[in-house]
Amino acid sequence: MIYLLLFIEFLKIGLFSFGGGYGMLSMMKETVINRNWLSEAQMLDFIGIAESTPGPIAINMATFIGTAQGGILGGAIATLGVILPSFVIILLIAIILKNILQSKPFQAIMAGIRPVIVGLIVGTGLIFTYGLIGLKDVSTFSFDYKSLIIFVILAAITLAYPRIFKKRINPLILIAFSIFFGIALFAI
Amino acid sequence: MKNILLRLFLTFLKIGATTFGGGYAMIPIIRNDVVDHQKWLSEEELLEILAIAESTPGPIAVNVATYTGYKIKGFWGSVLATLGVVLPSFIIIFGISILYNYVKDNPYIAAAFMGIKAAVALLILTAGLRMLKKMKKTWYSIPVFIIITSALIVFDLFALNFSSVFLILGGAALGFFLFYLLPIIKKKTKKESDK
Repeated sequence: MIYLLLFIEFLKIGLFSFGGGYGMLSMMKETVINRNWLSEAQMLDFIGIAESTPGPIAINMATFIGTAQGGILGGAIATLGVILPSFVIILLIAIILKNILQSKPFQAIMAGIRPVIVGLIVGTGLIFTYGLIGLKDVSTFSFDYKSLIIFVILAAITLAYPRIFKKRINPLILIAFSIFFGIALFAI
Repeated sequence: MKNILLRLFLTFLKIGATTFGGGYAMIPIIRNDVVDHQKWLSEEELLEILAIAESTPGPIAVNVATYTGYKIKGFWGSVLATLGVVLPSFIIIFGISILYNYVKDNPYIAAAFMGIKAAVALLILTAGLRMLKKMKKTWYSIPVFIIITSALIVFDLFALNFSSVFLILGGAALGFFLFYLLPIIKKKTKKESDK
């Protein structure tokens, strides 16, 4: 039953999605690959689209994956699953548990979780990066130097941008650059 | 009465439709609508909700919508505000996901996506490194960060089937023990030895 499966998997992702958007990517990656819903490359396509459209990434990804697996109903159910935990938790906090966040046990738990989330995000970023340039499967060793060139150019832009414009680069601008270099290196 | 529910829905519909990238990028837009314009929350309340959002799962925009909706109009207020903030991305992504299947094999689109993949990997990596820079470096956080990052990569390279959920739960258990239980135990044993 694909609908029930989508609902439960995204409920789980929603429940553990700390750290604003990127925090749930490692879980989402495990889920979609174990369930054979997406390949790692398709997942990166989806994240790219999620970054270039309005709305939180977690919701965009849930809608996208849900729709691909079960049409509009699948999309709606996955989206419902991913927001339900935070909806219930915030409602409980608003109604009764206002002081739980200041309580010592809760703060101890959060202090325990925080470095885990940072590790999950950095680890996921590294996995996607070496997957991108073809270093994952050493036996076939299909080194993708074009993707490496694009990655290095984009990294240089990210580093140079704040020095010139005095603010961090907007992800949309970075994605626009990436489309340009992608077409220039892979299609022409 | 119906009017305020409709206004909650429409305001958060607008926030959902105009915030790109998620996370902290949406805070100025939320502040402009919810604090300055509608005066549903005070500046202090918004900061408090952002702190709550930090330590609860889920996207910040959704957390703010649920909280504000509940404060202004109870349960149904929270439902409509949350629905409003989610609906635009749902409709847009639904449209794109249908389109994606038609265009993904076009050589130019496929090439564009090869570029986008590099941008996405970089965006995640920089977001992670930025969080690492901000993280308080302690005897606990540094080893945990290194262990988690390397564990994730080992699982990936050897295609081990292991859920990050357990890593998060492990961090929660460790935090509870080290920062809550252990200080209590220490205090107790100290009292007893003083006797």
